[in-house]
Amino acid sequence: MTTTNKRGFAQEVWDFFCSLKLSIFLLIGLALVSIIGTVIQQGPQREYLATLSETKIRLYSALGFFDMYHSWWFILLLYLLTLNLICCSIKRLPRVWKVVSEPVLVMDDNFEKSLANVKDLKLKGSKEELKERMASFLRAEFAAPVITESNGEYHLFAQKSPWCRLGVYVVHLSIIVIFIGALIGSFAGYKAYTNIPEGGAVSQVQTQSGKMIPLGFEVRCEKFSVSYYDTGAPKEFKSVLTVLENGKPVPGFQSRPIIVNDPLTYKGITFYQSSFGQSDEGSLYHITVRDRKGGAPVKLNARQGERVALPGGAFLSVMEATMDVRPFMRGFDGPGAQVEFTPAGGNPQPFVILSDKYESFNAQHGGDLLITFDGMDQKFYTGLQVAHDPGVWVVWFGCFLMVLGICMAFFMSHKRVWARVTDSGVTLGGSASKNPAGFEICFDDLVEKIGKA
Amino acid sequence: MSSSMLFNVTMVIYMVSTCIFFAFLASRNKAVGLTGTYAALFGFLVQTAAIGLRWKESYDQGHGHAPLSNLFESVVFFSWTIVLIFLIIDFKYKYRAIGFFVIPFALFGMAWAQLGLDSGIEPLVPALQSNWLMYHVITCFLGYAAFAVACGISIMYLIRESMEKGGADVQAGGLLSMFPSIRILDDLNYKAIMIGFPLLSLGIITGAAWANYAWGTYWSWDPKETWSLIVWFVYAAFLHARITRGWVGRRAAILSVIGFAATIFCYLGVNLFLSGLHSYGK
Repeated sequence: MTTTNKRGFAQEVWDFFCSLKLSIFLLIGLALVSIIGTVIQQGPQREYLATLSETKIRLYSALGFFDMYHSWWFILLLYLLTLNLICCSIKRLPRVWKVVSEPVLVMDDNFEKSLANVKDLKLKGSKEELKERMASFLRAEFAAPVITESNGEYHLFAQKSPWCRLGVYVVHLSIIVIFIGALIGSFAGYKAYTNIPEGGAVSQVQTQSGKMIPLGFEVRCEKFSVSYYDTGAPKEFKSVLTVLENGKPVPGFQSRPIIVNDPLTYKGITFYQSSFGQSDEGSLYHITVRDRKGGAPVKLNARQGERVALPGGAFLSVMEATMDVRPFMRGFDGPGAQVEFTPAGGNPQPFVILSDKYESFNAQHGGDLLITFDGMDQKFYTGLQVAHDPGVWVVWFGCFLMVLGICMAFFMSHKRVWARVTDSGVTLGGSASKNPAGFEICFDDLVEKIGKA
Repeated sequence: MSSSMLFNVTMVIYMVSTCIFFAFLASRNKAVGLTGTYAALFGFLVQTAAIGLRWKESYDQGHGHAPLSNLFESVVFFSWTIVLIFLIIDFKYKYRAIGFFVIPFALFGMAWAQLGLDSGIEPLVPALQSNWLMYHVITCFLGYAAFAVACGISIMYLIRESMEKGGADVQAGGLLSMFPSIRILDDLNYKAIMIGFPLLSLGIITGAAWANYAWGTYWSWDPKETWSLIVWFVYAAFLHARITRGWVGRRAAILSVIGFAATIFCYLGVNLFLSGLHSYGK
């Protein structure tokens, strides 16, 4: 009694994991819970947390909502889905495999009744002749037949693309392959980030969790540049990188430009253009000052925020500057600087100065002095995303399998034709795994051609 | 002649086509239905020319990129793909009544794009400067369009089913008599999703490939990515529901409508209400 109960329970568990209802429930469930992570900020910023109440924060943290897609219950749902599709496949695959590998070669009366397309044809000739005729006909018009003799009748069987029945299982397998690829990536790979100032080099990068990872080589940023369209929208962010091994540049990896959408890969580690900024070292600004009443122009250099003494007792500091003002000022181009000018004995005045191309613009300020901005030696740092993911090719292989499997499952049909040949004629039967209406046309076409042949 | 003018013409033709399809439902005259399809085809050709012209205009302005880069262009392209998928299904199965439930989606898209969106041609920002943009956008939107058609068909299914239950005599006439039977509507719904699902899968895969190429992560649970996966889950559930007893018909139709609602949220809602990587250049 207990043993049957046990078997009954095991059977129930097995049936539970094999059921399509569970698949539908899991798919809809995953769809619903996935919404949470798109509404609640993942890896939340301080500003975002400040908008939430204390209780909400405690509740969300307890439920793992701040890193929802890696929470135990979300991962559990994904594992359940995987288990479900493995069980479903194990249960159904043998049956389908049998249809593919051991086709029904003989169309008997019972089987004939189960077919949607059947046609009796009265044809002249002995059954040997008819058999040969039908065999060459099927070979020419459909597929090469297998011939079986049974009860004094000849049975011909021909089929097209039987393996497309496996499409569904290829898709199921592809999902498992993608998960394996993702697991390899999460255990053996990393995503990191690094800032390199122009002229500087790094030999280790920091992962999202804050761990430092040595690269095993050095990457130097030779130069970073940014260019803009006339509209002020950014056009290109470009870093020029050199890979160094033992302090020596690696041939083929010297001064390699990388831009967004065109990364650099060396030894399985890829560097992506991600962000940029002004280097801490600061820029050197070039300014020309000329007395309006005459006299030779004076050239000055200044660092950011530095108070520079001007002729006549005034002071100037550069707050911010750019080599291209187009994104900030419509109708102007070239270099520009936001400065604070303090006339002798007066209060500080903030204004903008541009290049000597805009003399009348620059003449609006500065009292007796005409101040122009000549440009700057600016130093950027480039922000690079660094990724090492040995699982990525497994993921692409999974994606390929998925597309292949979906095409097999959706767009191909396993078509089968049987012919029973007797002395009085031929009975043709046919069936297809998909698109019965389409197969009917194909079948009628075959029947018509036999009539003519 | 500018592309903007042609887009206006397209919008008017889709409006005319919608009216003709309504006249078809009312008159039950097959010739009227065919005229509706031809009007939609004509609108489609004009829109194709307009998109081509806009592409050329971008080259004239010196940017030179496929018109798939901002919200205006994507809405126009979405409406184009909806009509494309509709025409394929219409020419194959010839159930003209579907036009009245599908062309309005395209009309609405064109009207919104022309009246409410900024139609300026902008140069591509660095993130979009990639051939993956084309592969990704085309596959996604063809998928979305197939789901739009499936949604129109499912709405027809739900209307017809509830009226039949309410005791309406379908044979006696009225608007319903031009609807395909619910069995056929159910099948067409499935067929449209069979077109959409592989395309959505390809769209997600090309998006992942592009993200991996540009940022080094093929999946980062960005809201857009997550929503595309939600849509994929819903239609995967739909496909499995097809082979489960009790889930064919009404429930499948409801799932298809929900799936399209999720699709629209994935396409627009994510940009309007959530933040992420797909900003359409604002």
